[in-house]
Amino acid sequence: MQNKARLNRRDVVLSGLAVAGMSALPLPALALTNAEARKLIDQVVADINAIINSGKSESSMLRDFENVLQKYGDVPIIARSSLGVAWRAASAAQQRAYIDAFSGYLSRKYGKRFREFIGGEIIVTGAKKVSSGYLVNSVAHLQGEAPFAVDWQVSDKSGRNKMFNIIIEGISLLATERTEVTAMLDQRKGDLNKLIADLKKSG
Amino acid sequence: MFFNRITAVLPARVLAALGLSLLLGLSACAPAPRVSGINDPFEQTNREIHEFNKELDRKILRPVSQSTSTAANGTFGTGLDNFASNLSLPGKVVNSMLQLDIVHAFSNTARFALNSTFGLAGLFDVASQNLITEHPTDFGETLHVWGFKEGRYLELPFVGSSTERDAFGMLVDFVMNPLNFALPAPERYVGTVAYVVNRVADRGRYAQLVDQVLYDSADSYAQTRLIYLQSRRRALHGAISEDLLEDPYAE
Repeated sequence: MQNKARLNRRDVVLSGLAVAGMSALPLPALALTNAEARKLIDQVVADINAIINSGKSESSMLRDFENVLQKYGDVPIIARSSLGVAWRAASAAQQRAYIDAFSGYLSRKYGKRFREFIGGEIIVTGAKKVSSGYLVNSVAHLQGEAPFAVDWQVSDKSGRNKMFNIIIEGISLLATERTEVTAMLDQRKGDLNKLIADLKKSG
Repeated sequence: MFFNRITAVLPARVLAALGLSLLLGLSACAPAPRVSGINDPFEQTNREIHEFNKELDRKILRPVSQSTSTAANGTFGTGLDNFASNLSLPGKVVNSMLQLDIVHAFSNTARFALNSTFGLAGLFDVASQNLITEHPTDFGETLHVWGFKEGRYLELPFVGSSTERDAFGMLVDFVMNPLNFALPAPERYVGTVAYVVNRVADRGRYAQLVDQVLYDSADSYAQTRLIYLQSRRRALHGAISEDLLEDPYAE
């Protein structure tokens, strides 16, 4: 596999990198050196290319993507964070149902853009320990665009090294999804069950 | 004639603005500290302006960008795009100098010199082909470098997201640009026309992203505000702040 992702526009990358990020880091602890991280992102990119070039139907590609997301991303923590303060008020059953619905929504929202990956390259430039875990820096190079920064947050606090946030030119996935989900919840007057039902159809 | 007008216009308007900023700013002379969170006491008015801007996008910007996307991506569109960004370079050089950022003042000067001559008045971007890329900056950044705080969030009609500091910066950038005043009509509108053309081209280039944020978000105002503040802060500080990273595990 070539270690080049083919991408084409910034919006593709905004969504596509989130996809790549979710699947980024199935690493054993302490393996997150610059070289390991670079190798891993290359592998992620290769995995994504395999899915988008599989020739499968869109619904089956979305299923493959959701599997990748579940395996490498810490979906429960991303889901919990996206709900903000409403998480604590929810029952255990609601929390489980929400994680499930959110996971599907996230896969669909970002997975839809898979096929638009044409012409581009992501280069990992560094990795360092920060108070919240690890921060991996990379730069995305797209044809006809100025290069832009993509930063990944990784933690082993779930028991394994997993990706839990991606930050593109400062714009955080956790923050944008929290803004989105809490706005949806407000529109439903705080009715979490209604939000869960609607999330299953969104994205 | 041209230079007479510049010397007549520049000192009066620019030096007043700059002098005031210098007096207030250079005494502080350390960049404003990093901030997180959202300071938006004018939210109600901002939301009304957001609806106006969205309507403008729906009725004009979006359809125009769709019908011109082929042209915008062609030779003609790219040429106009290059022309517009070349015109913005002198102002950027001034700002880099005010920020004591000599490296980028020099690189943007080199760009302007190359593209204005070999690039046929800026239509061709020969500088980028020689790896001299544009360094984006503006008077809002200059104010930041001088230690002015971001201020309250604003959404401006036609312009979109801003802050008090960035809105004042835009005004100064406009006044500071001799092209907007020193030339007779209609030449003096060249910069403005180029800006509008550039906006239309960008709307086309990032069509799906803009559509998603404006029309698929549950709250497009809140989403736009978040995206603007986060990316602007990242750009001004040159990196994301490790101290301000989220730690959802700790919550």
